[in-house]
Amino acid sequence: MELCPLIKNILLLDSEGKRIAVKYYSDDWPTNSAKEAFEKAVFTKTQKTNARTEAEITMFDNYIVVYKFVQDLHFFVTGGENENEIILATVLQGFFDAVGLLLRGNEDKKEALENLDLILLCLDEIVDGGVILETDANVIAGKVDSHSMDSGAPLSEQTITQALATAREHLARSLLQ
Amino acid sequence: MAQPLVKKDDDRDEEVEYSPFFGIEKGAVLQEARVFNDPQLDPQRCSQVITKLLYLLNQGEAFTKVEATEVFFSVTKLFQSKDLGLRRMVYVMIKELSPSADEVIMVTSSLMKDMTSKTDMYRANAIRVLCRITDGTLLTQIERYLKQAIVDKNPVVSSAALVSGIHLLQTNPEIVKRWSNEVQEAVQSRAALVQFHALALLHQIRQNDRLAVNKLVSSLTRGSVRSPLAQCLLIRYTSQVIRESANNTQTGDRPFYDFLEGCLRHKAEMVIFEAARAITELNGVTSRELTPAITVLQLFLSSSKPVLRFAAVRTLNKVAMTHPTAVTNCNIDMESLISDQNRSIATLAITTLLKTGNESSVDRLMKQITNFMSDIADEFKIVVVEAIRSLCLKFPLKHRSLMNFLSNILREEGGFEYKKAIVDSIVILIRDIPEAKETGLLHLCEFIEDCEFTYLSTQILHFLGIEGPKTSDPSKYIRYIYNRVHLENATVRAGAVSTLAKFGAMVDGLKPRIFVLLRRCLFDTDDEVRDRATLYLNTLGGDGAVVETGADVKEFLFGSLDIPLVNLENSLKNYEPSEKPFDINFVLKEVKTQPLAEKKAPGKKPTGLGAPPPGPPSTVDAYEKLLSSIPEFANFGKLFKSSAPVELTEAETEYAVNVVKHIFDSHVVFQYNCTNTIPEQLLENVTVLVDASEAEEFAEVASKPLRSLPYDSPGQTFVAFEKPEGVPSVGKFSNMLRFIVKEVDPSTGEAEDDGVEDEYQLEDLEVVAADYILKVGVSNFRNAWESMGSDFERVDEYGLGPRDSLAEAVNAVIDLLGMQPCEGTEVVSPNSRSHTCLLSGVYIGNVKVLVRLQFGLDGPKDVAMKLAVRSEDETVSDAIHEIVASG
Repeated sequence: MELCPLIKNILLLDSEGKRIAVKYYSDDWPTNSAKEAFEKAVFTKTQKTNARTEAEITMFDNYIVVYKFVQDLHFFVTGGENENEIILATVLQGFFDAVGLLLRGNEDKKEALENLDLILLCLDEIVDGGVILETDANVIAGKVDSHSMDSGAPLSEQTITQALATAREHLARSLLQ
Repeated sequence: MAQPLVKKDDDRDEEVEYSPFFGIEKGAVLQEARVFNDPQLDPQRCSQVITKLLYLLNQGEAFTKVEATEVFFSVTKLFQSKDLGLRRMVYVMIKELSPSADEVIMVTSSLMKDMTSKTDMYRANAIRVLCRITDGTLLTQIERYLKQAIVDKNPVVSSAALVSGIHLLQTNPEIVKRWSNEVQEAVQSRAALVQFHALALLHQIRQNDRLAVNKLVSSLTRGSVRSPLAQCLLIRYTSQVIRESANNTQTGDRPFYDFLEGCLRHKAEMVIFEAARAITELNGVTSRELTPAITVLQLFLSSSKPVLRFAAVRTLNKVAMTHPTAVTNCNIDMESLISDQNRSIATLAITTLLKTGNESSVDRLMKQITNFMSDIADEFKIVVVEAIRSLCLKFPLKHRSLMNFLSNILREEGGFEYKKAIVDSIVILIRDIPEAKETGLLHLCEFIEDCEFTYLSTQILHFLGIEGPKTSDPSKYIRYIYNRVHLENATVRAGAVSTLAKFGAMVDGLKPRIFVLLRRCLFDTDDEVRDRATLYLNTLGGDGAVVETGADVKEFLFGSLDIPLVNLENSLKNYEPSEKPFDINFVLKEVKTQPLAEKKAPGKKPTGLGAPPPGPPSTVDAYEKLLSSIPEFANFGKLFKSSAPVELTEAETEYAVNVVKHIFDSHVVFQYNCTNTIPEQLLENVTVLVDASEAEEFAEVASKPLRSLPYDSPGQTFVAFEKPEGVPSVGKFSNMLRFIVKEVDPSTGEAEDDGVEDEYQLEDLEVVAADYILKVGVSNFRNAWESMGSDFERVDEYGLGPRDSLAEAVNAVIDLLGMQPCEGTEVVSPNSRSHTCLLSGVYIGNVKVLVRLQFGLDGPKDVAMKLAVRSEDETVSDAIHEIVASG
């Protein structure tokens, strides 16, 4: 058994199963077509389920997939068959909530694509080469947002400053724990 | 034509609104990337272009080598900008491009500057990027910074260095191992994730040092690990330590169990679950140890979170396989999960209930399952079918309702794998529950009336041919079988003809009717169908007279082909058309030992309809050819068996020698495979001097030296012995390699003229009883065992003394006898106290031997064994016992 919990991939798909942002940390899917086939399989398996209030879970092809949907965004985290399901769910929740914070509550495909840079940075902050980096959504969002702060003026100055303040506060608090 | 085009444009307008990336095109974006080279950088614009590039990569667009290099170089220019956000995107981009070694040099200095920056974010990210793209040489330069970073007061920086260490340990272990002190300090960090990463790295550094891991675990289990993730790691390490120390503790409490149990009261769910799972997976876990773990899992079953319910039911499902009674307490919670929205959870709940249920609850369960089957996917259905099969074997009295259920679902829609699982289950039930036979066969008959899978039809027909004639009223199956001849494709028709013939052979009363049917088949459009009909009419005496079927005809119809198909295929390929007809008796019967990879796969699945797995291609043919090409050995007759190579030298010595033992009826040939591993030497006239003084029945008759043995090209030398005919003589041989060694000039590769005689001591070689037994499998051990009869059965009991495990004892006996384990019985399920192993083989002189071994644990470690042998010759049965008694 693999001793360190490992994430095989994190997927963010739209309501038709198309990619918004995906990140693979394992060689199980060596080619783009293998990846697409996996995404299609995951999507068709889960699309009819209601994963909007609580994260759902399924198992197929010896992988465990946890997932959660909001509007037209479908979030997935995949791990090996012996992985602790609750750890995977924690990573999913971290990703899900961090994206929610970064999109300021407007979680839909349009907003996600318009802020794709933030989502990619978010993925980069959650997992590094399969090893979990951070699971606390506030910390993740704080790390991502602190970077975009200096670049350009956001449209809604007021709200983002507020969001940042809360994120910072959370970050500070979690560091003091 | 114009109409759809307009429509497409409409779609486009909508999409443009929808996605900022609509109509994105690689060439254009690469053009845009030129802004990276502007003297006055616009950070926002550059960020946008990088996002576009990343979007393309993320969508699976591939960059050519040239494109990637170009992008990489222009991206490196962006280090000039002081913009934080842009820098962040640059880091991600570099990682995505995974630059080649000479490209890495271009960014190294920039990244190293960032690594020592005052900005925490720069340090953390630069470390991750640099470690991702670097190779070993650069690592020594930055090692100092990495060690500092591990103990950095900013947790993000520290984590970045530690996680990078985890990755680097795979490629540069010797460097990362030097960071042990810093990592140890980081384990004490107050930041949760740092602690987790440090613990993971520290364990990986020490994983091969059992004592150090032990120490690590015992110190940390006493202290307080703060992070839940780190606690999960610690639980995993602890169970590993428990697993490895399990052999040493004789009695008393399991070490660290208290720690695991304590974790069940942790506040984080992931820790509670990890601990519960660890407890259920303990080797030889007792029900007292299990109880607290089951209790917390039971609480999870009624959680509102699907993930918790799934995790709990999946774990309980596994526990139910070994400790069904421990799980029965959860049955009420489990039953409510049958209607769970999440079908994975529902399936797991059903199969768990099927494992733990008692006889009285079967009917109620079946009712619930029937409602549930229609709305789950095939793969879940297969799981349910398998669970029902084992339930039926457990409660044979319930076969009626269970068999009914199987036949009902057999009629419903479903894919091949699903149907096959059902058919396999019915077949197994027919075999093991005699009362279920007739109804089961009729269900199968009905199924083939409307079966779209040729494979299943032919398998069922074959099975009907064997079981059908033995039933009380065989004639009722004939209609179903003959219908196949009318309605199906050629493969199924041919199968049906064979099945008809079997009924004809076994049931004299049916013969005239069968002959009529077979004669009709003579006009079939397919060659194979006609051929079979003709063949069977002739063998059964279809010229009208009803005679009793002869024993050899029965053997022909029902006997299993005791030759591996691969061997037959090879022999047929080698057969050259000539006056001499092909003789099947000359086909080798030995099943070559399976390659290691295959052996590892747990082969404990009931085979159902499937025949025994075909043996992999053998090297036996190659040996036979080689030996018959040597005139000295040509008159030894047919090769009985060739052993696997036995190493006679240690690895990495000057000369590598292994030996293959070839057994003939009255001769033994040793084939020494020699390899010269010294480039500066050429060996000539290589022979092996064999001292057979400890092998009295053997006399050396011939030897074949190897003329020359150059560096690194293996060669063979042979020695042949005569031994009493057909007798399994054993003995020990000591070997000495003798040769003339000549120096070789490494520059020219030419050998000197003069050589020196030299000798090299090899290890001893033994001819053992197992060398005289061929591994030959049988497809159905029980049938073979019963048809062999108990005339020459010999049964005795043996004490095998203390053994590490039951599995070890089983393997030792299998190796000793050198016979083929049947039906996957070589696999011993962990924790079991008894095991039955079935072996089959052919003894020298072509005598079939079947062995049934029953092992039991007697006291804590002592293994007792009951050995029952059946064979066609009583001396052989005795000989097997002798082998075991003297082994």
